[in-house]
Amino acid sequence: MELIEKIKKTAPDATVSENGEPVVSVSAQELHQVAEALYADSEHPMDYLRDIVGMDWGETGLGALYLLESTRTGHRIILKTVTADREQAFLPTVSDLWKTALIKEREVFDFFGIRFLNHPDMRRIFLREDWKGYPLRKDYDMNSNPLNMENEVNADITDEYFLKPDGTIADKKNIVFDQKDFVVNIGPQHPSTHGVLRMRTSLDGENICKVDPILGYIHRGIEKLNESLTYPQTLALTDRLDYLSAHQNRHALCMCIEKAAGIEISERAQYIRTIMDELQRIDSHLLFYSCLVMDMGGLTPFFYGFREREMILDIFEETTGGRLIQNYNMIGGVQADIHPTFCTKVKEFIAHLRSVIKDYHDIFTGNVIARTRLQGVGILSREDAISLGCTGGTGRASGWANDVRKHHPYALYDKVDFKEITYTEGDSFARYMVRMDEIMESCHIIEQLIDNIPAGEYKVKTKPILKLPEGVFTSSVETSRGEFDVVLESHGDKTPYRLHYRSTGMPLVHAMDTVCRGQKIADLIAIGGTLDFVIPDIDR
Amino acid sequence: MEQYYDLTPLLNLIHTWLCGWMPEWLALTLEGIVVGVFILIMYAVLAIILIYMERKVCAAFQCRIGPNRVGGKGGLLQVPADVIKILTKEIITLKNADRFLYNLAPFLVILASILTFSCLPWNKGGEILHMNIGIFFVLAASSIGVLGILLAGWSSNSKYTLIGAVRSGAMIISYELSIGICVLTMVVLSGTMDIQAIVANQADGWNLFKGHIIAIAAFIIYLIAGNAEANRGPFDLAEAEQELTAGYHTEYSGMHFGFFYLAEYLNLFITAGIATTLFLGGWMPLHISGLDGFNQVMDFIPGVVWFVGKTFAVVFLLMWIRWTFPRLRIDQVLTLEWKYLMPVSLVVLLLMTVCKVFGLVF
Repeated sequence: MELIEKIKKTAPDATVSENGEPVVSVSAQELHQVAEALYADSEHPMDYLRDIVGMDWGETGLGALYLLESTRTGHRIILKTVTADREQAFLPTVSDLWKTALIKEREVFDFFGIRFLNHPDMRRIFLREDWKGYPLRKDYDMNSNPLNMENEVNADITDEYFLKPDGTIADKKNIVFDQKDFVVNIGPQHPSTHGVLRMRTSLDGENICKVDPILGYIHRGIEKLNESLTYPQTLALTDRLDYLSAHQNRHALCMCIEKAAGIEISERAQYIRTIMDELQRIDSHLLFYSCLVMDMGGLTPFFYGFREREMILDIFEETTGGRLIQNYNMIGGVQADIHPTFCTKVKEFIAHLRSVIKDYHDIFTGNVIARTRLQGVGILSREDAISLGCTGGTGRASGWANDVRKHHPYALYDKVDFKEITYTEGDSFARYMVRMDEIMESCHIIEQLIDNIPAGEYKVKTKPILKLPEGVFTSSVETSRGEFDVVLESHGDKTPYRLHYRSTGMPLVHAMDTVCRGQKIADLIAIGGTLDFVIPDIDR
Repeated sequence: MEQYYDLTPLLNLIHTWLCGWMPEWLALTLEGIVVGVFILIMYAVLAIILIYMERKVCAAFQCRIGPNRVGGKGGLLQVPADVIKILTKEIITLKNADRFLYNLAPFLVILASILTFSCLPWNKGGEILHMNIGIFFVLAASSIGVLGILLAGWSSNSKYTLIGAVRSGAMIISYELSIGICVLTMVVLSGTMDIQAIVANQADGWNLFKGHIIAIAAFIIYLIAGNAEANRGPFDLAEAEQELTAGYHTEYSGMHFGFFYLAEYLNLFITAGIATTLFLGGWMPLHISGLDGFNQVMDFIPGVVWFVGKTFAVVFLLMWIRWTFPRLRIDQVLTLEWKYLMPVSLVVLLLMTVCKVFGLVF
């Protein structure tokens, strides 16, 4: 690969491991140079940092995987870097290149204790500030943090570490909130943060000066749990991430494991998975509509969305037995065949949805109050969207064509005809319209598939205990609210060594600060609604 | 024709009868107490009816059924059950609140509401507070309410309530201007501030028709501003449950919260009632000139039925608006008032005065 040649030019020691996905290892000293070179590459500028995955390789040391992608050509590359010192683990920050690293590196620091040099804000993000130890390290003592009943006091001052010219590391203090700031806690118990999200918001009258998200109120340690579960068991937790993308999340993990184990699934299962994914997307976008409208104080349209969503849930229930969380995809296919009435019900539903969607637009889209509340509010530029990693509808509303279904097709998406909805305004209204248009586009996809589901097995036989070959495996899907990646490192056992999920919502929450500054409190709620994040997906 | 239902002779009879066997001051005190209790009961009953109506109306808009279990098929006892529940709930006290103002605020709100409520002309001779500057008194009394809201938000010592209170203060004070000017327009048309006289003036046609398009414009402005005064959607940003959890009354519980809730519903009724009085002829029946038979039939319907019927029609209109529109933002609310409604209402007032002077109204 020529990109690897280019990396070798900057960092001659770089090695490539070919187990699973190609992973380019660079030393910690050279990481920033390599990142800069890749970012500024003339052919495949790697301007989109998909994710940073913290890693504990035991004896080898701590480190991270950097998943990069070029928005121009769609090229992807994985960088790996290690620091051997476990006590004083430092890595250079890449947050000056990709803003999304600001929050991703905090996650790595929180769980692995790797400090990032020159990162302006090295606070914990999920765990309490007085937490002892770093839980995703392999040597973490599970009993080191007994239940703490004290209130957590949030520091208004944060640390920044930097390298002094003589090679030693020093830190300085940065101010998050000044003493004079009027800081209002929005959340964790708040009607419209869509879950237990907490945003410390400093206000000037009604205007927003700064938003500082504090996460972790529903953190369940799913990634840590995964390390002690066998592969079929890990599936059970994916539906609990973004519960409005339950099918798609699980689809991604199944694809990743199938890819690693070399399992080919039947055509029928592919059809079922694709249809289910799209139904799930419609379900999620209908809920998006309902919640956005309710966030803006319109209670009647809320029920419109729920009325139609109920029909999808009924369809899900008949086939999968579950409504919100279905646990339907399995390694090698799906859990059960579709219900005999599935196809007719889906077709009826789509016909019904097409007939009522006009009501949605009549009551809300065309409403003068709704338009003035959304248009020109909360503008996210294309550059910011990419830099912050805001995938999904949010990115597409800013003009960034990032649909995984289009650019890295999986399942049957290369066989069906559909448009990738993009808007260029980047305001709340564009984000809203993207989702509304995608509902219709999903209907269009389902219509192409529903009549042609081939006969055959819905699931191929797999061994009850699966051992994956060594290596790093990834897969990505387009969930209802953006790109969802699974990063799996296997050491040849029946449990994953590390199984990481890219949160679709975390970059969106991180973008709140950029988008909301200078807007009103009421806009903060509306913008939160249009960004469409789901908290259990952020916290994992 | 309305003489059938005139309450004045009956009330005079009672008064004379009472004075016959007790001194007049005692009779007046007794009458005052009876009327006071009557107002409070009416107030509570109307609140229950309005809450039930709101639930059923919004359920209908939202493809739902609404209350349907408690008290038989229609869920008629749901609201009384809720009232009993709220009466038995604990009233919490806050640690760092200004205790006196915190407890005072709900009473100010309900006081303003009851005072205004007492001025409504229910029927011929059926008014409770009668004075020759009645409508002026209504405007003055209703302004006390905002004081209660500001105090509630401030004394709770919470950032959410404070933001809610400041929003509410900014909004209500602004919209009072439009309401005042619209009321003034109708005063110009009627030539009096006496509420009963305003109604009596509409015996030959409702003000809405008498004042042509100018009166209709004033009516629309009044409805918008009145909706804002009653703190109801799309102007409910003082409560804005999605932003401020419950705005200025976040920290209130039990019957203290109940007072705010009652006042909100009754303010809706009062807004509609004043609209009925000023624009829709109060308790006057609907007459269509030329159809004498029809007019006679209309006359047999008591005035109180006309008044309540018209008021509930306006209430329904306001509910319809509330359950359809999303909420405005604070700057949009203020822009709407100061840049559009206020100038327009001033022009309306001017036009009405010119029309009245040159006799261009009916």
